[in-house]
Amino acid sequence: MTTEPDSSAEKAEPRGAASATDPPVGEVPTTESAGDTPLTDETAKAAPVTPTDETTATPTDGTASTGTPMSADLATPATIMAPTAAPPPIASAGRSAVGTADLVFKNITRTAGIGLLVLIAAIAIFLVLRATHALSANTGHFLTTEEWFPNETPPKFGVAATLFGTVVTAAIAMIIAVPIAVGIALFITVYAPRQLASILGYVVDLLAAVPSVVYGLWGLIVLAPHMKGVQLWLNDYLGWIPLFGGDSVGRSFLVAGVVLAIMILPIVAALSREVFLQVPIAHREAALALGATRWEMIRTAVLPYGKPGVISASMLGLGRAMGETIAVALVLPASFKISVHWLEPAGNTIAANVANGWGEANDIGQGALIASGLVLFIVTMIVNIIARAIIARRRDFSGSSA
Amino acid sequence: MSTATAPDPVVADDDRLNLRGATLPRWAPFAVAAGAVVVSLLIYLLTSVDSEIQILLMAVVLFLVAITVVSTVVEGSRRARDRFATTLVYTAFLLALIPLVAVLASVISKGASRLDLGFLTHSMNGIGARDAGGGIYHAIIGTVEQVLIASLIAVPFGLLVAIYLVEYGRGRVSRVISFFVDVLTGLPSIVAGLFILAFWVLALHQGFSGFAGSLALVVLMIPTVVRSAEEMLKLVPNELREAGYALGIAKWKTILRVVVPTAIPGIVTGVMLAIARVSGETAPVLLTVFGTNLINANPFSGEQSSLPLYIYSQAGAPQQVAVDRAWAAALVLIIIIMVLNLVARLFASRNRLK
Amino acid sequence: MATRIDVTGLTAYYGKFKAVSDVNLTIEPKNVTAFIGPSGCGKSTVLRTLNRMHEVLPGARVEGSVLLDGEDLYGPGMDPVNVRRTVGMVFQRPNPFPTMSIYENVIAGLKLNGVRKKALLDERVEESLRGANLWDEVKDRLNRPGAGLSGGQQQRLCIARAIAVEPQVLLMDEPCSALDPISTLAIEDLITKLKSSFTIVIVTHNMQQASRVSDATAFFSLEKTGDPGRLVEFDKTSKIFTSPSQKRTEDYVSGRFG
Repeated sequence: MTTEPDSSAEKAEPRGAASATDPPVGEVPTTESAGDTPLTDETAKAAPVTPTDETTATPTDGTASTGTPMSADLATPATIMAPTAAPPPIASAGRSAVGTADLVFKNITRTAGIGLLVLIAAIAIFLVLRATHALSANTGHFLTTEEWFPNETPPKFGVAATLFGTVVTAAIAMIIAVPIAVGIALFITVYAPRQLASILGYVVDLLAAVPSVVYGLWGLIVLAPHMKGVQLWLNDYLGWIPLFGGDSVGRSFLVAGVVLAIMILPIVAALSREVFLQVPIAHREAALALGATRWEMIRTAVLPYGKPGVISASMLGLGRAMGETIAVALVLPASFKISVHWLEPAGNTIAANVANGWGEANDIGQGALIASGLVLFIVTMIVNIIARAIIARRRDFSGSSA
Repeated sequence: MSTATAPDPVVADDDRLNLRGATLPRWAPFAVAAGAVVVSLLIYLLTSVDSEIQILLMAVVLFLVAITVVSTVVEGSRRARDRFATTLVYTAFLLALIPLVAVLASVISKGASRLDLGFLTHSMNGIGARDAGGGIYHAIIGTVEQVLIASLIAVPFGLLVAIYLVEYGRGRVSRVISFFVDVLTGLPSIVAGLFILAFWVLALHQGFSGFAGSLALVVLMIPTVVRSAEEMLKLVPNELREAGYALGIAKWKTILRVVVPTAIPGIVTGVMLAIARVSGETAPVLLTVFGTNLINANPFSGEQSSLPLYIYSQAGAPQQVAVDRAWAAALVLIIIIMVLNLVARLFASRNRLK
Repeated sequence: MATRIDVTGLTAYYGKFKAVSDVNLTIEPKNVTAFIGPSGCGKSTVLRTLNRMHEVLPGARVEGSVLLDGEDLYGPGMDPVNVRRTVGMVFQRPNPFPTMSIYENVIAGLKLNGVRKKALLDERVEESLRGANLWDEVKDRLNRPGAGLSGGQQQRLCIARAIAVEPQVLLMDEPCSALDPISTLAIEDLITKLKSSFTIVIVTHNMQQASRVSDATAFFSLEKTGDPGRLVEFDKTSKIFTSPSQKRTEDYVSGRFG
């Protein structure tokens, strides 16, 4: 806890002190610029530098402890003023050269940015181009047909079943993973002792990096057999609920959903933890000082502050779950049927269907798979947009909601 | 006299300060936990329920209910809610650890038995479906080349986009770009594969190759690189930029010589994490690299293999020898990714910008 | 209302580090008591032991006793949650909850204690904001975010939030150190007004402030860095600033050291 002087007389102190501890002027900038760069107007603008509240308040935060050579460039006010006093003579020539170089650089970065937009457009265009051919040959309705026979003549296929499977498995994964992930994040940030917390944070980060194919392998060979007992139990006792009904259990939506949940758990937990770590200690202490229990402190200070971050982490997880290919392709038995019995060995997802169906696809079949990929693209994009909207609305908080 | 003095004892009980609270002794949760375990074990012994997972879940639920009830009676509802939440958080954590640790344990135990030098130095050339031999040499070559090429393209590109967004981006264009970076972040990896397939392989007739796989990985890497570089550039204090401008340094030079070098440790970390992430991507590679059993060191021509793809194809095979190979390859892939991660994080903690 | 605090043999640790050693003092009810001293002398630590906020930090613990009207805060059966409700706290930096409106910030503590009735809440919001000299400035925008106020207003909002639960004691940890002179004056006026209802303890770096607002002053100091802080002198503010009995106090208040 830093203790600062608090009177107005001493207000300028931290700033002066911070810059005084730095070496006078960094070498790089002076040698580069002293000769030919006038920038009188720029300098004039920058001279009355008023550090933002944040930096004045905590002088140790950004500048002093940067620890990189560049902190040396934090010139003291005196040295900032120096070039202004005597503008170099060849002002106009220097300015235009600098202006051109700046413009060139700016345009390079801008081109890259626009290149990214082009990339997105290209993704959409090429998927559409390839898809239309197959779609025009389709004798079923692409959005409502459950069957997937694009390689027959005449081809008949639709994404209804696979889209259904995508949504269901992803939803199961979210329902399981998000609360647990938030629990893990809270455990690490609030409950665990400090040393343990940093180790656990590390472990979760590493688990988030385990590739999906490994989770798929594990889900297929280790988890699926172990899930049989739980599935039978659910089927026996809760079978009257259609979701748990059905005649048999096996490599089902539920198993795929659990595998997906385990896969997205580390990533959602790791991101949520980051968010909770950013909750200022001051807010946590404010809640405690009002007489909050630990849980009330979490509800008052941690969760509201972290909510947008948790939502965006969950959406990222949802996107991952919907787009996850390999694990589901390994687990689900690839049948094209919309079923409300989520314990039965049935179902497929768009992504898994692409991976499974790719090998034997003919020209129309490839187009059909690409068309289904386009649907997946659109659905994940909608999810993203919703997530962004939620976060944006939270951000310009108007005071209407708690 | 202010109105704040008006004593209105909704909260404080004025005759006493009311500082005391009935609290359960420290051993109480442990006692309740022991009780829950005993009851679950009895159920296990006396009924037909025989799944360990179910017994575990039952014990947890019993504990949750019991501790909440006990706490409500002794400590009141606020405390009870706190206990309930605490229990849930601990449970979430412990339950989650089980599968996650189980994954690693399976990979290590099953993978280590098959992993040896021969496995690392041989391809699958001439290995029949039931043969026990073979290795991942060709897959390692493929993964390294594909990821390397992808990084060479995606990192500079992503960095430029990040610089644009942080240093120049103001108006609508940058907002649109920023939005689509998010869209790309959520892009399913299989869609990236389908795109390169439709564009590079089918439309341009370039055929399957390591390079096609690299392109698909580029699509996946870009948003990660942009976002992490953006974060790091934003962390660079504005004073550094202003000091640069005030000294008369052109903006582009300030960016390249002051801002980017300051942010570079964080950017390197982000890039390494992005590399680690795409190294494990299977779906895009599946559609673009196609896979082969032979060594193909040329990423620009002909099918290649890659580690994730190898794991996928071996895992899907019905023979136990193939599954064994899959576990061993998974172990190698995890080791590669963990090393990349650890190095990135060590690097980050050594050069922390904050 | 308002309560006497007796601190006896108080020693506070952060892990193995002894931050303050053997503090004994008595804080009179409806008085403002100032803690002054150089950085690191433990004055904030002592303040945080008075409502058991010290132990919130990992590894922090306390020995000795703090009696609130004769009841030991650290005695068996004491509930830190109840203690903190009875001993309110205002922090160095204004810390209104950023996701809450002004209104919600003020009632945050009441809601925790189960007050739900809208009419009562409305009443208490007005009372507390008036008590914190903030009502006139914010009464038209109670539903706007608390974080949108100026620094000084935010700090008064935090004071309103603290007094809304009707504590007996109000602890203030350098409440003006992040504020400009005008806001500082507003807070000082407020402190003078609040002492008619609360026992107030304020940590301050600013000796003029201590002499302006406080009735009693405790001077803390430490021999050298790494040593625990100690209470050097505790007396009426007028005495501390005019004729302190300790040489170190005199050196400090006259600006010769620290």
